[in-house]
Amino acid sequence: MKLDRILQYSQAYNFYQWVFRRHGPEPGVVLLTQRRVYILPTRPGVTFGSALILMLIGSINYNLSLGYVLTFLLAGLGVVSILHTFRNLVHLYVSGGRVSPVFAGDVARFQIVLENRNGFTRHSIELSCKTSKVRCDVQAERHCTVDLDVKTERRGWLPLPRVTVDTRFPLGLTRAWSYVQPDMRALVYPSPDAAPLPTPEADSETGDTVSLGAGADDFSGLRPYQASDSPRHVAWKASARSETLLTKIFSGRASSEMWFDWESLPPTMGVEARLSRLTRWVMLAEERGLHYGLRLPAATVPLGEGFAHRERCLRELALYHG
Amino acid sequence: MAEAKPSVPLPALPLATLLAACALSVAPHALWLPLWVSFAAGGLLAWRITALLRGAILPPRWLLLLLTLATVVGVFLSYRTIMGRDPGVTLLVMLLFLKLLETRAARDVFVVAFLVYFGALANFFYSQSIPIAGLMLATVVTATTALVGFSAPGRPLADDLRTAGRMLVQAGPVMLLLFFLFPRVQGPLWGLPQDAYTGTAGLSDTMTPGSISDLSLSDAIAFRVKFDGAPPPRGLLYWRGPVLTDFDGRTWRVSLPQLRRGMSVEASGTPVDYEVTLEPHNRNWMFALEMPIRLPANARLTSEYLPIFFTPVRNRIRYEVRSATQFQVRSGAEPADLAAALRLPPAVNPRARARASEWRSSQPDDVAIVRSAIEFFRSSRFEYTLQAPLLGRDSVDEFLFDTKQGFCEHFASSFVFLMRAAGVPARVVTGYQGGDVNPVDGYMVVRQADAHAWAEVWLAGNGWTRVDPTAAAVPVRVEQGITAAAPAGAPLLMRSGLNWLKGLRNEWDALTNQWNQWVLGYNPDRQLEMLARLGMKQPSWETMTLTLFWSVGGVMLVVALWLLRGLRREDAVQRAWLRFCAKLERNGLARTRSEGPLDYSERVSRQLPSREAAVRGIASLYIELRYGRAVDSASLARLKSLVREFAA
Repeated sequence: MKLDRILQYSQAYNFYQWVFRRHGPEPGVVLLTQRRVYILPTRPGVTFGSALILMLIGSINYNLSLGYVLTFLLAGLGVVSILHTFRNLVHLYVSGGRVSPVFAGDVARFQIVLENRNGFTRHSIELSCKTSKVRCDVQAERHCTVDLDVKTERRGWLPLPRVTVDTRFPLGLTRAWSYVQPDMRALVYPSPDAAPLPTPEADSETGDTVSLGAGADDFSGLRPYQASDSPRHVAWKASARSETLLTKIFSGRASSEMWFDWESLPPTMGVEARLSRLTRWVMLAEERGLHYGLRLPAATVPLGEGFAHRERCLRELALYHG
Repeated sequence: MAEAKPSVPLPALPLATLLAACALSVAPHALWLPLWVSFAAGGLLAWRITALLRGAILPPRWLLLLLTLATVVGVFLSYRTIMGRDPGVTLLVMLLFLKLLETRAARDVFVVAFLVYFGALANFFYSQSIPIAGLMLATVVTATTALVGFSAPGRPLADDLRTAGRMLVQAGPVMLLLFFLFPRVQGPLWGLPQDAYTGTAGLSDTMTPGSISDLSLSDAIAFRVKFDGAPPPRGLLYWRGPVLTDFDGRTWRVSLPQLRRGMSVEASGTPVDYEVTLEPHNRNWMFALEMPIRLPANARLTSEYLPIFFTPVRNRIRYEVRSATQFQVRSGAEPADLAAALRLPPAVNPRARARASEWRSSQPDDVAIVRSAIEFFRSSRFEYTLQAPLLGRDSVDEFLFDTKQGFCEHFASSFVFLMRAAGVPARVVTGYQGGDVNPVDGYMVVRQADAHAWAEVWLAGNGWTRVDPTAAAVPVRVEQGITAAAPAGAPLLMRSGLNWLKGLRNEWDALTNQWNQWVLGYNPDRQLEMLARLGMKQPSWETMTLTLFWSVGGVMLVVALWLLRGLRREDAVQRAWLRFCAKLERNGLARTRSEGPLDYSERVSRQLPSREAAVRGIASLYIELRYGRAVDSASLARLKSLVREFAA
């Protein structure tokens, strides 16, 4: 423990921690201190160095005084470019922004905020994470927001993997980089399958018949529009005649209410298949403006409708633990 | 040069900048490259520019390969080899432009930029003058600007230029330190190609009618002299060069130089000390005032009193000499030497021979013969001209009795012929006569235009004695210099009457001299000299490397501190705040992760009512410094002192 606290000041130790993924996610705003900014020549940088050696040998061989001047000027340029590259990255503040939930198989878009509290612009800062790469300039005393796209595979929480922040400005001869892992995670819903909504059948509790088509036609009256009403049920013709938007109401609660029950699915279906099916149904039910509820072995989402309700159902599905 | 991947197109502005850098780095090469190379390179550049502006198609790989092959063949046909300096540089230039046509991805950009740097270096093979240095600096700035542009596309060109300029300025101190302290090795490290030293002008080891007048058309500098005291009068400024003894009727040649022991100079009068900075002329000999009495350690005097080095002078060198302007020289006069100084080709110049035998019979001794000859030259109304008419087989006769128009080589040649015909041992001495002191820096400048030829005769009582027939015929040549003697022929800048031009030239020459002395002439010797002045006597290789290491490290530290200066202040705010938090933590009031400074100070104030004012003060100051716009050093100092004084 003591040793660890001393070692954290060592750049090499810091580096190994990152390389071997011993670092956890970091909450809040991360400052890229000089201890966590690493710098090495790029491949062109190495070539540049070899070119300089050739030029030096040529200058010695032919006694070219100006050859020495040119070679040493370029050598100085190379050394100075190390400092410039380092300065371009060090003391940058990195923090996690928003990330919206996605379905498994889609791309989760992690928003990363870079903040530059210094009086000079930081050019060509590149963030990369797995296969995704973005580049931005952070103006002096401004911040900029970039999106890192990470392909999702499985439902559940997807923590943001280790992000490499690097820069090759100003000459491309040296590369300074740092690793960060802002404490961010994306909620990944199960990917919906292609099934239609279930056919009418007896509701196990009430004995009512779920009759979607008929029920929806069973017009019983109008009431003023509420924010949660589906646009599908707005009575456009009637609304045009009156001052306010009106919503059609349909008779019979059974006609527009559905319960999606884990247990009602065929016993041969696997866990993920069931979750995919239920996800599909939730999506379809919300689309059609139905009242729906969800019953899972460990949780029940009561009847409801609207965006928030859908999110709640999907969240339960995403985080389902067998 | 692997298969170019279809990648993002290169940004146009940096690419244009890079093309400009290519053109700049190669432009001076056009002066000496074979004509076809200049045209081919121009064509390739035009192709690339069209591709950039109009989106024209870049050549496919097979065509590039074909062009490369054609280039190699072309270079071979031009030079009959592809090895060596000139073919190498030609190939480099062509390769640069061929690579331009292949530049599609970021990787190619670096290759081109590095080739541009090489191209800039290659210019120094041919010239290291101030204008070329300036042009190459512009090249480096442009190429660097292009690299900056590629690493941060989309910025205005001026910003890239500013970044590149700033970096080069910061690289300046490192360059200076490396230049002055990097342990210098005298090249070459290995055998140089044959063509490494072509194109150097100067006196040669032969003389034909017209060879010195050709040289006189050049105002190139032969050497510069810095006298310890006042320079001797112009009439004594005979800079001795090759001594020509063998004559075939038309051409004078040097005999094989011999080193002999006991070459003596009997000096009288005050000796002259001076330092010569000799331009490379690819010959062994050096130039000194007649007669040198002390030479640098690596030089020797031949039997003809010509000071020589053991290796040809291929770089600008400096040496110190002491000469006596009043002297007698009697060595190098063994029977074989005198016999060689009497030898004449048979059956040419009958009229001159007749005149010589007339003197021989009428005059009592050698001294009187020499006098009659001088008198002959003085009275015969010779015309001193650079445009002497062509002479036939009996060149001496034609000059002496028919055309009477000639330059110093005609005078010297005919005089020596007459002497030999009269039985007086004589030989031709070439070298330079005169020199102009540049009032700007006090250096005397001797140019190729000052090239001269005179004669030396052997007189039993006096030894080898200098006789300048030109001075006898055209006294103004020696008294006032070449410009007064042959005004129409002298190089434009040397003519009198253009005084403002002369002043300008003096300034420029002085600048060039400083450049030569300190930049181009900075060699291992001068490095030791400078280190000794800095207090390092005979430093070892290790000491020099260490000094270099630490001084470059120090400079880099200064640059780093300067670059990172903005970062430290902000850190200081944070450090003070963390120290404050640590003080409270020791009192069991650790800040939780979720607490901002405001909430934290609120809680601490409630728990430590007696410290409320101090805690709130520190917190609000910290917030202001950390999140406010204006950060001034006074409030930072106040925060620091508040934290220092704070005790829970």
